[in-house]
Amino acid sequence: MEAMLRLRLALGFLLLAHLLLLAGSSSHPSQDLQIINAERRIDLTSHIVRVYLTLKVENTGTSQASEILLAFPPTQVDHLALVKAAVVVGKRKKKSYSPLDVKPTEVPEAPNETKYFSVSLINPLNAGESVSLEVLYILTHSLEPFPSEISQSESQLVYYHDSAIMLSPYSVKKQMTFIKTPSTKVESFTRVEPTERGNTELKYGPYEDHHPYSFSPIIIHFENNNPFAVVEELTREVEISHWGSIQVTEKYKLAHGGAQHKGVFSRVDYQSKPSISGVSSFKHLLARLPPRVHSVYYRDGIGNISSSHLRTDSRKSELEIQPRYPLFGGWKATFIIGYGLPLQDFLFESPDGKRYLNFTFGCPLLDTVVDKLTIKVVLPEGSKGPSAMVLFWWNST
Amino acid sequence: MAGKAEAANGGGVKLAAMKPDLLPSNTPFFFRSLKLKTKQQELLIRVVVLGLVYILAFITRLFSVLRYESMIHEFDPYFNYRTTLYLTEKGFYEFWNWFDSESWYPLGRIIGGTLYPGLMVTAAIIYWALHFLRFAVHIREVCVLTAPFFASNTTLVAYFFGKELWDSGAGLVAAALIAICPGYISRSVAGSYDNEGVAIFALLLTFYLFVKAVNTGSLAWALASAFGYFYMVSAWGGYVFIINLIPLYVLVLLITGRYSMRLYVAYNCMYVLGMLLAMQIRFVGFQHVQSGEHMAAMGVFFLMQVFYFLDWVKYLLDDPKLFHAFLRVTVTCAIGVGAVALGVGTASGYISPWTGRFYSLLDPTYAKDHIPIIASVSEHQPTAWSSFMFDFHILLFLFPAGLYFCFKRLSDATIFIVMYGLTSMYFAGVMVRLILVATPALCLISAIAVSATIKNLMHLVRAKTKVVQSVTGKGTSAKASSKASLDQSLPFQRNGAIALLLGAFYLLSRYAIHCTWVTSEAYSSPSIVLAARGAYGNRVIFDDYREAYFWLRKNTPPDAKIMSWWDYGYQITAMGNRTVIVDNNTWNNTHIATVGRAMSSYEDEAYEIMRSLDVDYVLVVFGGVTGYSSDDINKFLWMVRIGGGVFPVIKEPDYLVNGEYRVDKGAAPKMLNCLMYKLSYYRFGELTTEYGKPPGYDRARGVEIGNKDVKLEYLEEAFTTSNWIVRIYKVKPPNNRW
Repeated sequence: MEAMLRLRLALGFLLLAHLLLLAGSSSHPSQDLQIINAERRIDLTSHIVRVYLTLKVENTGTSQASEILLAFPPTQVDHLALVKAAVVVGKRKKKSYSPLDVKPTEVPEAPNETKYFSVSLINPLNAGESVSLEVLYILTHSLEPFPSEISQSESQLVYYHDSAIMLSPYSVKKQMTFIKTPSTKVESFTRVEPTERGNTELKYGPYEDHHPYSFSPIIIHFENNNPFAVVEELTREVEISHWGSIQVTEKYKLAHGGAQHKGVFSRVDYQSKPSISGVSSFKHLLARLPPRVHSVYYRDGIGNISSSHLRTDSRKSELEIQPRYPLFGGWKATFIIGYGLPLQDFLFESPDGKRYLNFTFGCPLLDTVVDKLTIKVVLPEGSKGPSAMVLFWWNST
Repeated sequence: MAGKAEAANGGGVKLAAMKPDLLPSNTPFFFRSLKLKTKQQELLIRVVVLGLVYILAFITRLFSVLRYESMIHEFDPYFNYRTTLYLTEKGFYEFWNWFDSESWYPLGRIIGGTLYPGLMVTAAIIYWALHFLRFAVHIREVCVLTAPFFASNTTLVAYFFGKELWDSGAGLVAAALIAICPGYISRSVAGSYDNEGVAIFALLLTFYLFVKAVNTGSLAWALASAFGYFYMVSAWGGYVFIINLIPLYVLVLLITGRYSMRLYVAYNCMYVLGMLLAMQIRFVGFQHVQSGEHMAAMGVFFLMQVFYFLDWVKYLLDDPKLFHAFLRVTVTCAIGVGAVALGVGTASGYISPWTGRFYSLLDPTYAKDHIPIIASVSEHQPTAWSSFMFDFHILLFLFPAGLYFCFKRLSDATIFIVMYGLTSMYFAGVMVRLILVATPALCLISAIAVSATIKNLMHLVRAKTKVVQSVTGKGTSAKASSKASLDQSLPFQRNGAIALLLGAFYLLSRYAIHCTWVTSEAYSSPSIVLAARGAYGNRVIFDDYREAYFWLRKNTPPDAKIMSWWDYGYQITAMGNRTVIVDNNTWNNTHIATVGRAMSSYEDEAYEIMRSLDVDYVLVVFGGVTGYSSDDINKFLWMVRIGGGVFPVIKEPDYLVNGEYRVDKGAAPKMLNCLMYKLSYYRFGELTTEYGKPPGYDRARGVEIGNKDVKLEYLEEAFTTSNWIVRIYKVKPPNNRW
């Protein structure tokens, strides 16, 4: 055959934790900063834990500070999927957020293997000044089902471990933590006074004047019947065609990551009492595909799966898929979603004649965790010198 | 190739016979400039028609792909698909030496030695060829489209066969008839990836080549037919039909005094080479010299030698008296030696007796009494008249007409097709599935009838036209000339001919409509996916089989053993990728009977059997919720019969009440408490299936079930599909003793 013109560029990377493997610079936490006010909102309503952190940081020292450190206990860092920070500019109605650069960093003599992320400020913080930061971080696989095996009629209870007092390398003057649970059913929670329990909300704090690295572990045991949809492996193949189309094939290995299903599966209960039977199981997923998607298919190793619906409009396409059977804890399913996209939406030409493909690493399935993601880009015949630009650590093979 | 070349030169009788008169006077100038001669035009029409028929045969079989999807149908095709996949992944030698431990647990199955590899090898070769040409198709698509592709090829063979038997017109009609004949479509729609798909092609090809060899006496054609026979042997067990029909045909020729050197060459070459080639297939092995079913061919082979020898002696001896004496001695000796050899062979066990399947063909009641496993298969039932009508439609009426034409113009070739038609019609009457074998014969004979009739009618119609044309050519007034010509012939002869022609076309178009309707309505369902009409006329899909199989594949341990009735064995191994106890290759009756016994025993007895077979899961098919009637409860009596055939503890009357099979309150107590009943109806009593009916109303049988309080002790429900069609139970581990 002629020279193999089809070049394959495969980017494989792990979304979780590996952000830390290649750490950037190392720095000492400045003792001159202190947090005046910290408010933490932990959203436990799905199996993905979202934490919104509002920090007001003041420079009490004499020198300028250009970065602020965020500290995480090692147990959380392993499950950290994303850290984003933004600085609040303006006040009240003119409030706007400008995103900041966040990268993992290492601090020598960190107590108890605490891991850090450093947030680089746009404008260094002068002595005496203060700044408001908004931080969002997302934890996956952080809810531990307990009991770890449940039968069809039971609902799923999970543990969430955290600290009532925010871990920080700086002293915190005042802080509060709000934890939102999916339902009012909370089996137990650690009390660190003052602690209040609202309807679906737990309130820890306000706590005042805590030294750096203060820690006060809490455990919350609560009901969470949201689908624990975990994509154990996702392989996406993006094939760029000469004929004005991009063909995407996504191979999913889906599992229910919650409490293991134990004993019988009774269809009669599942059908007749949907409110109390198999409440933690799920039977459909929603995939948000790019707009102007065409030739969508949904199949698996033994043929087409007929239970899917596609809704398209000008801004997005929604594909509702049902696996062949409902997924209970520990059950697995594999399937393939494929679709075509117009080339002009994703391929751009630069003045020097190079062409760029701008494509997402994200998983189109809503509310799912992807453990392992591989993206293969199949370039058209005759392509030369491929290179990839990725905003995070990656491994090209 | 040779056939085509001949078609280009010779032939040209029917369609363009009127052209010589028309061409010079009537055709416009630009037609003449194309310079197509009559024969060329005729050839063009023939090639175009054949091409269209070729395409038609393919696309009419694609209904199933359009209605459902590109998938493998039914039961056996799943095994074929699985083995083809293995062949393309692992290569031929691995395939040939494959010991499959996933079926017939704990016995296993030697795949390479127990299957006809022709289909798989064919599909794999197509697959490899496409990949060599850089078409990156999936093997599944190749498998799905193999049968339609071969059906198309069959139309070509039918054309050449028809041409050999009668003329090229009959060939064209035969090709068109066979392209859409439901009897053939039933086994060759897209996705029906079964041996028959290629075997009918091979069958017809072998017959065609043999008839050609007999007609020409050419060694080359005989050789080709031996290879055709080899392909047939590699593809389907139905080759036994060929190896018995051809000797029978030769015998008939010998008896009717049509012995010739051509026949001698054709048969000997075909038989000897075909036999040697067939021995290369492991599953067939030495059966050609050892099995009773193949002995007729051998006997005829020796008879041919005796005939030849006698011929030679007759040539040497001029004295008829002497020859007659010699003839008597030789024939007596030959028959004596043959009988002694057969007797000794059978007695010593060298020649195996006829198999049950063969017996059941000759005696339709044999299987019912002796081998319930053969009788239990629906496609082995005797054929109903309605299915003849359904599958053949007008061919059924054209067949006798065709036979008439054949007898009118008797030749070696027409004798063959008559014999093929009559024998295969008999077999089609014995077994539903053998309608398939009769289809090509019926199409060919009917094609002769259609072609001959239309040709005769056209001669009548055209005879007039000719006169009219020639007269108008001379320039006399048209009116006068037509009057004159009408006067010359019988009254209304032409109108009668036209009316008959129209009638023939009406019949043929009805045939086409019927075939299309049957194909789309009856023969294009994959039977894995069931479709029904919903309350609002919408299409409802029941995809329960795949739901269950995929569940097994993903959520059971990889070494789990599944017990189910043998019908689902192939599907479970192919789609569920799990080990089964019995499957559709019903080679071990005892094993199947053990499963039948477990299904028809009480739960505790069944548990013992299941423990001894290492069963982890039990799968039953249940149609009570959807009204799906081919479920396990309806098949249950066969399980009892087959189980009882080996284990006399199972007695059929225990499950019947006054000879009646029922599942409601009046059912036999053993029936209400056997494993199959319990597994099918477990917790069904709580379910309301139809509005206005009591809970536990079985829609497939239309009764309220008799035992609504089913308790399971040794099994637990593991999975039930969304429409309850497949139910899977887990066999519990034994209780702790203390």
